[in-house]
Amino acid sequence: MQAELQSLIDQVRAAHAAGTPLRLQGGDSKSFWVCAQAERTLDIRPYRGVVDYEPSELVLTVRAGTPLSEVEALLGAQGQMLAFEPPHYGPNATLGGTIACGLSGPRRAAAGSARDFVLGVRLIDGLGRDLSFGGQVIKNVAGFDLSRLMAGAFGSLGVITEVSLKVLPRPPFELTLEWALQEGVALERMNQWGGQPLPVSATSFHNGRLRARLSGAEVAVRAAQARLGGEVVADGAAWWSALREQSAACFQTDKPLWRLAVKSSAPPLGLSGALLTEWGGALRWLASEHAASQVQKAACDAGGHALLLRGGHPAAPCFGGLDPILAQIHRRLKHAFDPKGILNPGLPGNF
Amino acid sequence: MTAPISQAQIASALSRWLAPGSVLTNPEDVRPFETDGLSAYRQLPYVVVLPRTEAEVQAVLRYCHEAHIPVVARGSGTGLSGGALPHKDGVLLSLSRFMRILEIDPQARVARVQPGVRNLAISEAVAPYGLYYAPDPSSQIACSIGGNVAENSGGVHCLKYGLTVHNLVKVRAVTMAGEVVELGSDGLDAAGYDLMALITGSEGLLAVVTEVTVKLLPKPQTAKAILAAFDDVEKAGNAVANIIAAGIIPAGLEMMDGPATRAAEAFVHADYPLSAEAVLLCESDGTPEEVSDEMARMQALLESSGAIEIRYSQDEAQRLKFWAGRKAAFPAVGRLSPDYYCIDGTIPRRSLGSVLKRIYELGREYGLEVANVFHAGDGNLHPLILFDAAKPGEFERTEAFAGKILELCVEVGGTITGEHGVGVEKINQMCVQFTPDELSLFHAVKAAFDPEGLLNPGKAVPTLHRCAEMGRMHVHHNELPHPELPRF
Repeated sequence: MQAELQSLIDQVRAAHAAGTPLRLQGGDSKSFWVCAQAERTLDIRPYRGVVDYEPSELVLTVRAGTPLSEVEALLGAQGQMLAFEPPHYGPNATLGGTIACGLSGPRRAAAGSARDFVLGVRLIDGLGRDLSFGGQVIKNVAGFDLSRLMAGAFGSLGVITEVSLKVLPRPPFELTLEWALQEGVALERMNQWGGQPLPVSATSFHNGRLRARLSGAEVAVRAAQARLGGEVVADGAAWWSALREQSAACFQTDKPLWRLAVKSSAPPLGLSGALLTEWGGALRWLASEHAASQVQKAACDAGGHALLLRGGHPAAPCFGGLDPILAQIHRRLKHAFDPKGILNPGLPGNF
Repeated sequence: MTAPISQAQIASALSRWLAPGSVLTNPEDVRPFETDGLSAYRQLPYVVVLPRTEAEVQAVLRYCHEAHIPVVARGSGTGLSGGALPHKDGVLLSLSRFMRILEIDPQARVARVQPGVRNLAISEAVAPYGLYYAPDPSSQIACSIGGNVAENSGGVHCLKYGLTVHNLVKVRAVTMAGEVVELGSDGLDAAGYDLMALITGSEGLLAVVTEVTVKLLPKPQTAKAILAAFDDVEKAGNAVANIIAAGIIPAGLEMMDGPATRAAEAFVHADYPLSAEAVLLCESDGTPEEVSDEMARMQALLESSGAIEIRYSQDEAQRLKFWAGRKAAFPAVGRLSPDYYCIDGTIPRRSLGSVLKRIYELGREYGLEVANVFHAGDGNLHPLILFDAAKPGEFERTEAFAGKILELCVEVGGTITGEHGVGVEKINQMCVQFTPDELSLFHAVKAAFDPEGLLNPGKAVPTLHRCAEMGRMHVHHNELPHPELPRF
C-alpha cells in the first residue's frame, strides 16, 4: 500500500508545483451534492484496506479509500458499528469521503456526529506533506485537534488518507414505536424524551406520525416501551435505514431538498414544503422552491443553518455565508493547509 | 526596536477601559497568579487584569494587540501542565469574574454560562431539572468551564459520555485582535469548518473564551459499582478488554496498581484488598433494568478473567466508598513522599501490561518509586512518581524518568497527554510525538487566529528551533541555554 500512498502524495506535489487544482474523489457517491470544479481528479480509492482493528480497543484505523460497506461489514461481524450511522448515498461510498463530508444519520442526536468519533487522521496537505494528527486512543490532547477539523471540511484542508475512529457495540435489541400526533406536540415530546433517562436512539416526525427507536438491553427497552406506550412499527429497521439514506418515499421530490440543522426545541419553522423532522427536532428536512436566502434565514432564526442537498438552480450554493471575521479565519486556515488553493477549490462554500 | 512598555504605562492604558481595582501590578497582588496547578513552574506576571465584561476583554486584547504585549488567559488556575503560567512581559487575563450562569434551557437541555463558572456549579444549577453536565475532571469542584474548553478536559466517565468537545454546543470567544467570534450553533452542526472542535483543547493559543453553551444530559436513575481485585496487572488488563469486547460500555472503568491501592487504603480506609496487585472499579449507570443487566454480565466476565475477589456496592454509600479511594489516590500517594510528579500519557489498552512492566523497570533504573492509576476505559495512564525535591538532583531525575515514560507512550501508539494538556510541561515531548512538518502546520493554524503570536506564546507547540536544539542539548529545568536569544 506504500506505493499507492506515495502515488497520492506525488500527485498532490505535482499539482502544488504546477498550481493545478484537484477534485478529490472517493466512491463518487456524493458528487450529486458537493463537487469541486477542477479539471484533474485525485482518485483516493486505490489507497484502501484496514490498517488496524482490535475490537476490544473500540478503535478502527482504515485507509480512506476503503468502501464504507466493507467497514460496516467488518464491524458488524464483531457486533460493533459506526454509531453516527453515516449515509452512503450509493454503493461505492468510501470511509474517507464519509468523514470529509461529515454527515451523520438517525443516531446522531443520541450517539454523536461523525466528528465526535474521529480520533486521528493521516492526511496530505496542499504542499504534498504526509502528516498525522490525533491518534488511536480515546483521550488525546497533544497539539491542536486537527483531526476532528477534517470532518466536514470536504477535503479542502487536506487529502485524508487514513482515519482512526472510535466504534461502539451494536445495541443487542431495538424496537420502533409510533404515535399519531400534531407537529408541535411531536416536537415537544421529542425534546422531553431528550431530558429523560430513556434509551431513545432515534426519532422522526413525518406526515402526522412520530416515531422513536429504542436501543439497548432488551429488559431496558421493554421497560421504556411500557412507559411510553405507542404502537410497535413492524419494519422499524427499514424506516431508519430509508431515513438515513433519504431514500424514503417522501424524499423523492423534484423540488430542491434542504437540510436545516436548528435548535431542537425551535417551533415549527412555518415554511411550506416541510418534509420530515429527526434528531429530536434538531434536523428538519424541507422540499421547497423557496429562495435560498429565505430558507437560510429561517434556519438562522431557529439557531442553526441550512444546506442544500439536492436540486435547485445549478448556481445556487449548497452552503450559506459566514460572518466576516469567521470568513477571514476560514481563508487563513485554508491558506495554512493549502497555500495554493489546489484541494477541492470552492469547498466548503465561498469565504 | 522600541523600548519595552513599563508596567505603569500598561496599567494606566488599561485602566481607561476597566473598572477600578481591575488592573494589578503590585508584586503582592499579582503573586497569587504566578503559578497554576503545576506549581513546579512559577513566574510573576507583569500585569494582571480582571475584566468583568466581554467588551472589557475586547478592549484589553485590542490594546495588547496594538502594543504587541503577550496575553495569557486564566480560569481557575487548576491546570496541571503550566498552561496558565504567566508571561514575564505579558498581561495575565483572569476570567475569574465571569461567574454567571446566563441561561438554563431545560427543554433544549443546554446551559449558557460565563467561562469562570465552575464545572460542578453547572451540574448543581441544573439538578432541579433532572439534568447534569457530564465531563467531570477530578478538579470539578474548582476548575472553570472556560479552562475545560481550553484543555478539552476529561474525567472518569469519558468512555461513555465523551470529553468536553463532545458536550459543547456553542462557544463565544474574542480573538487577539479583539474581535468576537461565535463557534458552533444552537443546532447539532454549524456552517463551515468545525472551529469549535479546533478551539477546544487549544490551550488558550487561539482565542479567549467568553461564553460557553454546554449540552446537558438526563441524570441516570441509578448507578452501581463493582470492585474487583486481581493478583496480576495483566489479568486486570485482560478483564477490561473482555468487558469491552462483550459489548459493554461501563460508565466508569478505573484501575489502580498495587502501590496505588495500598496508598489509597492507608489514606481513606475504603476496604481495598491489600494483597491485590491491581484493583478494578467498574461502574454501571442508567435505568434500574439496564444497570442490573450490565452488572450481572460484568460480574461473570470479571470472574472468568480471574478476579480473586469481587464486591458489589450494596447501596449508594458503599459505591461512594469504592470511589473514595480512587478519587483520593493522588493525595494518598502524596502522603508517602514529600513530592510526587503526575504523568498523563494515553496508551492503547492492550499495551497496559507491557507498559507497566517497563515503567517498573525504569523506576528501578532511576531509583524512584512509582504508583499507577489508570482510566482503563479510555487508556489514560497516570503514573505518579514519588520523589523529594529537597534532595539535590532528584527533581531532575524525576523529570527525566517522566520524559522516558511519555516517550514510551508514544512508542506503543499512544500520546504524551490524554487530558492535562502540553502547556510548558510537556513541550519537549511534542518534538517526539510530532514531525517538524506537523509542528509547522500547528504554527500556521495558530497564525490563522493570532498572526502575531501574542496569545499564550511559548506554550503547547514547541518551535522547530527548540526541537532541533533538543536533539543535541541537555535541557535543564525546561530552560534552554541563552534564554535571552529570540527563537521564533
